[in-house]
Amino acid sequence: MHPTFTGSSTSFPGSLKGDVILVERFCLQKYKFSHGDVIIFRTPTNQKQLFVKRLIALPGDWIQVPESSEILQIPEGHCWVEGDNPASSLDSRSFGPIPLGLVQGRVTHVIWPPQRIGQVERKMPTGRISPY
Amino acid sequence: MAVGSRAAAWLAGAARRIGSVPWRNISAEAVDRTLLVVKAACFAHVINSYVVSLALVRGPSMLPTMNLTGDIIAVDRVTARWGTVAVGDVVLLRSPENPRKTVTKRVLGLEGDAVTYLVDPHKGDASKTLVVPKGYVWVQGDNIYDSRDSRQFGPVPYGLIQGRAFYRVWPPEGFGFIGQKVSI
Repeated sequence: MHPTFTGSSTSFPGSLKGDVILVERFCLQKYKFSHGDVIIFRTPTNQKQLFVKRLIALPGDWIQVPESSEILQIPEGHCWVEGDNPASSLDSRSFGPIPLGLVQGRVTHVIWPPQRIGQVERKMPTGRISPY
Repeated sequence: MAVGSRAAAWLAGAARRIGSVPWRNISAEAVDRTLLVVKAACFAHVINSYVVSLALVRGPSMLPTMNLTGDIIAVDRVTARWGTVAVGDVVLLRSPENPRKTVTKRVLGLEGDAVTYLVDPHKGDASKTLVVPKGYVWVQGDNIYDSRDSRQFGPVPYGLIQGRAFYRVWPPEGFGFIGQKVSI
C-alpha cells in the first residue's frame, strides 16, 4: 500500500523532503465537497497552521466515532476529517467536527517528487457513515 | 459588362483602403490597453483580498451600531491575517453554520478569556460563564435580542475571521469610525 502523502521531516524545516501537492480552489465557490475528498484546512486551534486530511462525513451525516461506541451527527456547516494513518493523525477524533469555512481547498495531485507524481484518489473507508 | 467592371473597381478600391489601415499600430495599442486593464484588475483584486475591502452589511443583529437596511463598511483584511484582532472589534466572519454566508459580529472574548453571557435575554437573567478555548473567539451581535451568535453556536475558530470592520462609508450620516464599545 502506498502512503497517500509523505510528510516533511520536522527536523529539517525548509527542505523539500515532503510531497508537494496541487490544491484546487474552485470548490470554494459553492463549498461543494464529496465524501472521501482530501482537503486542506486551517486548524481550529491555530489559524496559521494548515492540515491535509480526508473528508469522511458531511453536514447531516451520522458518524461512528472510532474507539468509542458513540454515534454523533455532524452539525450544519461542519464536516468530519480524518487522516489515512489513524495511528498518528491529529484530526476530528481529537478536535471534533470542523466548520467548512476553514477549508482552503481540495487536493487533486501530487506534483513532487517525480516518482510519486499522480492523482490523489478519492476513497472512502467503508462502514463509517450511516446512509440515513 | 459595365456592372462587372464597376464591381471590380470597387473591390480593388476596398482592398487598397483595407491595406492602408495601420493594423500593426492598432493591434499594438489594443494589446497595450488590454494589458493595462488586466494589471488594474489584478491590483484591485490584491488590494481587495489582502488590504482593505468594502462590504454591505444588513440585518438586525448589530443594532444600534449597524442599520437594519444596510450599511457599507470598510473592512481591514490585515489585522485578521496577522492575528491581532482585539476584544471589542467588529469582525466579518464566515458563518460556522453555512460557509457561504458572511456575518458581522463583535468579538467579546479571545482565547483564554472567561465570557459571561445571558442565556436568553427575553426570559430573565440567567447567565453562563465559560472559558474560550485556544484558537477560538467568542462573538456576539450588539443586539442580543435578535442575533444568532456564539450564544447559539459556541466559540468560533479564529480561522473563520475574514476581516475587521473599522469605518462606515455609507450612509453618509453614519460616516465615521466604528467604535470599540464593549457591551457588558
